[in-house]
Amino acid sequence: MPEPFTTHTGLVAPLDQINVDTDQIIPKQFLKRIERTGFGQFLFYDWRFTGDGSPDPGFVLNEGRYRDATILVTGDNFGCGSSREHAPWALQDYGFRVIIAPSFADIFYNNCFKNGLLPVVLDADTVRRMLADAAEQHRYTVSVDLEEQVVSEPRGASHRFEVDPFRKNFILNGLDEIGWTLQYEDDIAAYERTQRTG
Amino acid sequence: MFTACIVYKKFAHVYESEIAGEQAMTARTMYEKVWDQHVVKEMPDGLTVLYIDAHLVHEVTSPQAFEGLRTAGRKLRRPDLTYATMDHNVPTTDRSIPMTDEIARLQVDMLSRNCEEFGVPLYDLDSPRNGIVHVIGPELGITQPGLTMVCGDSHTSTHGAFGALAFGIGTSEVEHVMATQCLLQKRSRTFEIRVDGVLSEGVTAKDIILNIIRRTGTAGGTGAVIEYTGSTIRGLSMDERMTICNMSIELGARAGLIAPDDTTFEYLAGREFVPEGAAFDRAVEGWRKLATDDEAEYDERLGLNADEIVPQVSWGTNPGMVTDVTGVVPDPGGMDSENDRRAAEKALSYMALEPNTSITDIEIDRVFIGSCTNSRLSDLQAAADVIKGRRVSPRVTALVVPGSHAVKRQAEAEGLDRVFKEAGFEWREAGCSMCLGMNPDILQPGERCASTSNRNFEGRQGRNGRTHLVSPAMAAAAAVAGHFVDVRNW
Ligand code: SF4
Repeated sequence: MPEPFTTHTGLVAPLDQINVDTDQIIPKQFLKRIERTGFGQFLFYDWRFTGDGSPDPGFVLNEGRYRDATILVTGDNFGCGSSREHAPWALQDYGFRVIIAPSFADIFYNNCFKNGLLPVVLDADTVRRMLADAAEQHRYTVSVDLEEQVVSEPRGASHRFEVDPFRKNFILNGLDEIGWTLQYEDDIAAYERTQRTG
Repeated sequence: MFTACIVYKKFAHVYESEIAGEQAMTARTMYEKVWDQHVVKEMPDGLTVLYIDAHLVHEVTSPQAFEGLRTAGRKLRRPDLTYATMDHNVPTTDRSIPMTDEIARLQVDMLSRNCEEFGVPLYDLDSPRNGIVHVIGPELGITQPGLTMVCGDSHTSTHGAFGALAFGIGTSEVEHVMATQCLLQKRSRTFEIRVDGVLSEGVTAKDIILNIIRRTGTAGGTGAVIEYTGSTIRGLSMDERMTICNMSIELGARAGLIAPDDTTFEYLAGREFVPEGAAFDRAVEGWRKLATDDEAEYDERLGLNADEIVPQVSWGTNPGMVTDVTGVVPDPGGMDSENDRRAAEKALSYMALEPNTSITDIEIDRVFIGSCTNSRLSDLQAAADVIKGRRVSPRVTALVVPGSHAVKRQAEAEGLDRVFKEAGFEWREAGCSMCLGMNPDILQPGERCASTSNRNFEGRQGRNGRTHLVSPAMAAAAAVAGHFVDVRNW
């Protein structure tokens, strides 16, 4: 069951790139684990660490000032590529609760909700400015209110975002989707009877 | 057979409902027809409990889902509609030697144990049916027109080549399907990509799809189910249609679809899970009705002329960064959008390429022929035709990895293994292999590879490895020449 998500206020880290794919978020050599936990240490592995395993000082998340970031702001089409749910697992395990981008890849977007990680779509200009503010300002922090569907910035600006009502309901209340579908077990059984009695 | 019986009944129902004229009033796309047929329950806001006919499972995205079932004390609802294989991290060298990667072996063993516990049929490493999940589904006839199919793998879109609504899901949804045989979904928008005209010799389905992604970009299909139509698509074999649908996800689409026709039915006839005799004929009758109605509307359309497509080669780090083999590496300086320019600069630096370099001047170190995009028999035949009687360049290490045991057996029966080996290729066991390098088949840092797979993301084939996506014929020609060549002049 996902962790419920209601509101969250946190430090923003900027990852100023478009088309960040799931092979970058969590490289394949770390997909061999059979648990859902412990993937944070491998997040953005090939960017965070150099060939010899030492942290790459050039990568944004390695900058000391973003150490406790819980909100990631990034470019278009974040999470493209594979269906691996290890990607949201890694982001969440690393400490992120919210990802803000102008657009997300479908499967990744969907996977986030199952894990209490909130993907927020804001318009490209707002995201561009947030990327700049997170890079320039000291401890740039924003608040995300899922109930109201609003992201609020320190200087008072706030941005409404869209989220599908059913996804919102599930993540807001940390509902078990499987349990929800199982309410319709009679309908499923009836469907199976009429469609495939063989 | 049980499965065959299900299919027969299923399509008997389609047939009857259409006769009754229930849904004959509004023109529908193929996607809408398949969708409508699988609605278990639709909520007022469009949220739908959608029935899933076939669930394919592999070792990497399933362990946490099985564990979830166990923790919640839930059963796997329809083990008879669930099919498992091991493909992603299996070694492609001698199968009789135990797997040396302990963690990978644990994952493979875990799948065996889970399948046994939950009663799921498993095509393990010793099974003659084993292979890449998206190669064996069609090969065994599990993939059929009009079905809904899912797998914890984004290239599930492959199965859309048969007119099945097939899409990739994450592990939570894998568990959801295991427990309920359903998914919670909303309708996607529809997107027609129409390809008309005649392909020139040496230009393949891979070049069509790379050319499409080059036009749409990697997010052009986001939220959409694509239907590929037009005379060129109609003229493709099933293997080629699978190559096209396989890469639908690379333009961000939920799924790709191609209407089933005689080519589809001929392919399916006689396969293990396909109904036989009169039941097959009834099924075909239903399958024919799946095609999009003439008056149906798509939300978006794109048209291409096949005559204009030449062999394609990717130059960057996503499958939209593609150009003609006759072209040059683009100059980011000339790009209009700031985002594109920065992405191209980053890609060129990773790929160690200079703007304006001729594609045919790019030298390669490795060749990989394989993956669910291009590892079927016809792909291996196309590559073998190109290399017959020639030798792999001394600077190149080349690898052929058939998509399944069956493909390997057929290829060997035709003597293709000898053609490859005599040319200096390594001939391997089936699996995903260097498509994603979860097994020992990886690029070394800085190595440049001509690959028939589907993703050229940074590090995809090995950390700091550089991938160029091409067709099997182009990969084979590059292996011999040591650099890219226009296979039309071969
Ligand atoms: S061959 Fe590659 S793309 Fe296909 S299923 Fe295997 S890893 Fe995924």
